[in-house]
Amino acid sequence: MSEGEKIFTHALVYLGAALVVVPVARRLGLGSVLGYLVGGVLIGPYVLDLVGDAGTDVLHFAEFGVVMMIFLVGLELEPERLWRLRGTLLGLGGAQVGGSAVAVGSLAMVAGLPPIQAATVGLIAAMSSTAIAVQQLSEKGWMKSDAGQRAFAVLLFQDLAVIPMLALFPWMAGATEDGGHGSAHPLATLGAVAAVVVLGRLGVPPLMRAVASSGLRELFTAAALALVIGVTVLMGLVGLSPALGAFLAGVVLANSEYRHELESDIEPFKGLLLGLFFLSVGAGIDFAAVAANPFAVFGALVAVLAVKGLVLFGLGRAAGMARDQALILGVSLAQVGEFAFLLLGFTSALGLLPAAVVAPLMAVTALSMAAGPLLVTVAERWILPRWVATRTTREHDVEDEGAQVIVAGYGRFGQIAARLLRATGHRVTLLDVDNEQIEIMKRFGARVFYGDAGRLDLLRAAGAERARVLLVAVDDPAKALEIVRVARTHFPDLALLVRARGRVDAMELVATGVEGAYRETMDSALRAGTDALRLLGMPAHQAERMARTFRRHDERAMRDLAALRHDTGALQATARERIRLLEQVLADDASTTVPDDGWDADAIRTGQNRIT
Amino acid sequence: MGSADHQRAHLTSRPKLPSRTDVPSDARVLVLLAHPALHRSRVNGPLARAARAVPGVTVHDLYESYPDHDVDVPHEQALLLAHDVVVLQHPFYWYSTPSLVKEWIDQVLLFGWAYGPNGNALMGKTWIHAFSTGGPAEAYGPEGHNRFTLRQLLAPLEQTAKLCGMRFLPPFAIHGSLRLDTAAIAEAASRYQALLTALREGLRPRDDSHERTEVVTHWEAP
Repeated sequence: MSEGEKIFTHALVYLGAALVVVPVARRLGLGSVLGYLVGGVLIGPYVLDLVGDAGTDVLHFAEFGVVMMIFLVGLELEPERLWRLRGTLLGLGGAQVGGSAVAVGSLAMVAGLPPIQAATVGLIAAMSSTAIAVQQLSEKGWMKSDAGQRAFAVLLFQDLAVIPMLALFPWMAGATEDGGHGSAHPLATLGAVAAVVVLGRLGVPPLMRAVASSGLRELFTAAALALVIGVTVLMGLVGLSPALGAFLAGVVLANSEYRHELESDIEPFKGLLLGLFFLSVGAGIDFAAVAANPFAVFGALVAVLAVKGLVLFGLGRAAGMARDQALILGVSLAQVGEFAFLLLGFTSALGLLPAAVVAPLMAVTALSMAAGPLLVTVAERWILPRWVATRTTREHDVEDEGAQVIVAGYGRFGQIAARLLRATGHRVTLLDVDNEQIEIMKRFGARVFYGDAGRLDLLRAAGAERARVLLVAVDDPAKALEIVRVARTHFPDLALLVRARGRVDAMELVATGVEGAYRETMDSALRAGTDALRLLGMPAHQAERMARTFRRHDERAMRDLAALRHDTGALQATARERIRLLEQVLADDASTTVPDDGWDADAIRTGQNRIT
Repeated sequence: MGSADHQRAHLTSRPKLPSRTDVPSDARVLVLLAHPALHRSRVNGPLARAARAVPGVTVHDLYESYPDHDVDVPHEQALLLAHDVVVLQHPFYWYSTPSLVKEWIDQVLLFGWAYGPNGNALMGKTWIHAFSTGGPAEAYGPEGHNRFTLRQLLAPLEQTAKLCGMRFLPPFAIHGSLRLDTAAIAEAASRYQALLTALREGLRPRDDSHERTEVVTHWEAP
C-alpha cells in the first residue's frame, strides 16, 4: 500500500469509527467525547488494531484541534470579560494547581516515589484537559454558568502554568541549562506575545479586508487557517504553548469585525480535529502497561480523580460557589489533560521520571480522559437532580421592597411590563439570574436583585407573602412552570401572570390555573397581521375588530385543546404533539372564517325590521 | 400628468399606513367622519367622498384614526382650533351617534379647555350634525313611530355644543337612506357639498331663525 492509500485508509477508519460510535454514545446520553474515546479504543491496537503505529503521529497532528478550540474560545471572550475573570484566574487557578500538585504529590510519595519525582508527578497531574472540559461544559450548556466560567479561568491558568513548569523541570532534573522546550529567552517570549497582539490588531484586519474583496470563500478559510497555524508556529519557536498563543490571538480578534467570519471558518476544522484527537487518545491507551500492573494503574486513576475532584470542590465552596456549581467544577476538571502527555514526554527525556513511571502514567492520563466524561454524566444524572432543589449560582441578595408586584426575569419581556408599572407609579421588585443583565440594568439605575424565583425562601424574601401580583417573565418555559407551582402552593393569594413561549407552553400554564398566560409573540404578530390587512385596503376599525375576534377564537381554541390535552395526561408536550396541535389549529382555521356581523345595513334592509 | 409619470408614481408609491389627518392651509370646515363600517355604508361613503372634494374642508375619519378607540386628545384639540366649523358626519344609530363620537366628546372636550373657567377654546365656533336616517322623515315627530323630532333627539349634543359656547345649527339629514337609489344618493351628496361650501363661506341657513329650525335638508344659497 502506498503512503497515499494508507492515509485514505486511516482517514476512513477514523471517520468510520466516529460515525459508528459517536451517535450511539450520544443516544445513550454519554456525550460525544466519551464516544470518540471508545471509538479510539476500538480501532486501537488492543481491539481491532486498524491504525497500527500511526496512532501517535495522528495524536500530534490532532492536538492542533485543541489549539483551534482555544482560539475559538478566545474569540468568544472579549478582553473586558477576560479582565473581569482575572481574580478567579489567579486565585482559584493558582490554588487548584498548587493544591492538586501537593495532594497528588503526597500520594505519590506515600506510594513510594522519591520526593522530586513525586512533585513532578503532582504538577503534571494537576493539569486538566481543556479539550474534554470545554467540550463537556458546552455540550451540557454549562459554559455560561458560574462553574463554566470558573472552570475556564482555571484551565487558562493551567495553560499559563505550563510555561514555568517547562522551565522548572530541567532545574528539578538537575540540569541548569538547555531544557529544550523551556529554553525560551524571556525577551523572545515577550516579543512573540507582542507580535501576536500587534499583528492581530493591525495586520489581520487589512489582510482580511483584502481577502474578503477577492470574493473567494475558500481564500477566507485559507486565511483563517493560516492565522491559527502561524500563531502555533510562532509560539513553538519561542517555546510557548501554542494553545496560549492561539488563545491570545483569539482574544485580540474578539472585537474585530471578522470575528464571526473566522468562527464559522475554523469551527468545522476544530470539530473534526478534536474528534480525531479524542480518537487517537483512545487508540493510544497502553493496555499492556495497564495489564502489567492493573492495581497500580487503576489505584492511581481513582486516587488522582478523587483528589483533584475533591480539591476543586473544596476550593469552589471556599470561593463561595454553590454546592452544585462546585460539583460541576470538580467533575469537569478532575481528569488529567493532554498537557500531561507533553510534560510526561518532556520529563522522561530529561530523565526526571523513569520509564517505569511514565508508561503507567500515560495510561492513567488517557484513562482519566475517558473517565472524565463518565464522571460528568454520573454527576449530572444522579447527584445534581437531588441538589437542584436548592440550586443557585450565588447567594441571592433579595430584599423585600414593599412592592405589590414582583417581576421574575428582567429581560426583554419583563422590562416592558415593569416599565409600564413603574411609569404609573407602582413599586416593582425585580429578580433575575443573569449577572450580566443585572450589571447592565444597574448602569441604567434599575435595581435588579439576583435570585432564582423558583426558590421558596427567595420568593418569601422578595415579599411574596404580601405582594398582589407575581409576573413571571423568564424565558425558559420549564422554569416558568416551576415558579408557578411553587408560588401557587405557598402563596395561593398571589395572582400569577406568566410569559409563555408558545401555544403549548401557554396551555400548560392555563392548566395550572394561572391568572394570565401570555404568548410572547402573539400581540406583535397580530398587530403585524392587522397592519397587513390595512395595507391591503381594509378599514382600520374593521381590521382591528377582525384581529380581536381572531384572538378570541384562538384563545378559546387553545383553552379547549388544553382541556383535551389534559385528559391524555401528558405533562410535557413532545415535539410530535406540538406539530399535531398546530395542524389541528390550522385545520380549525381553515374551516372557520372570522365573522363580522356589525353594522350590517343589508340585514336590516332585507329583514323588514323596524328602523330608526 | 402624462401616463409615463403616472406609471412611475404608481411604481414608487408603496402603500402606507394612514397617519394623522393634516390640515390644509385654507381649511375652515372640519368634517368628523364617524362610521364604524364605512365599507358597508350606502350613503355615508359617497357623502364622505363628496366632502373630500370640497376645497377648504378637512375630512377626518375617526374610526380609521382610532380603530381601538384610543383618541389622541392633543391632536384632536389642535384640529378643532384650526377650524371654525365642526361637522359631525355619522349614521344616526339608536337616536344618537356611533360610540366613538361619544368617546371623542368625553376625551377631547375637556374641562378648562372646552368648558368651565378659561374653557373657551371653542367659543364662537359652529357645530352641526350631518347624518343619514334609515326611516322616512315622517317617522320623526309626535305622530311618527320615533315620537320625537330629530332636533329633540339631539338635545344632549346640542347642549354639549352650547356649554362649549358653540353655535349649534339644525342637523342636515338624509332620510330613508336604506331605500335611496344611486341617483338619489348622488343628489344627496351634491346637497351635502353645497352645505359644506356655504359653511366654508361663513353663511348661515337662509332662515336665520335656526334656533327653532328642526332639520335642514336642502341648502339654498341666499
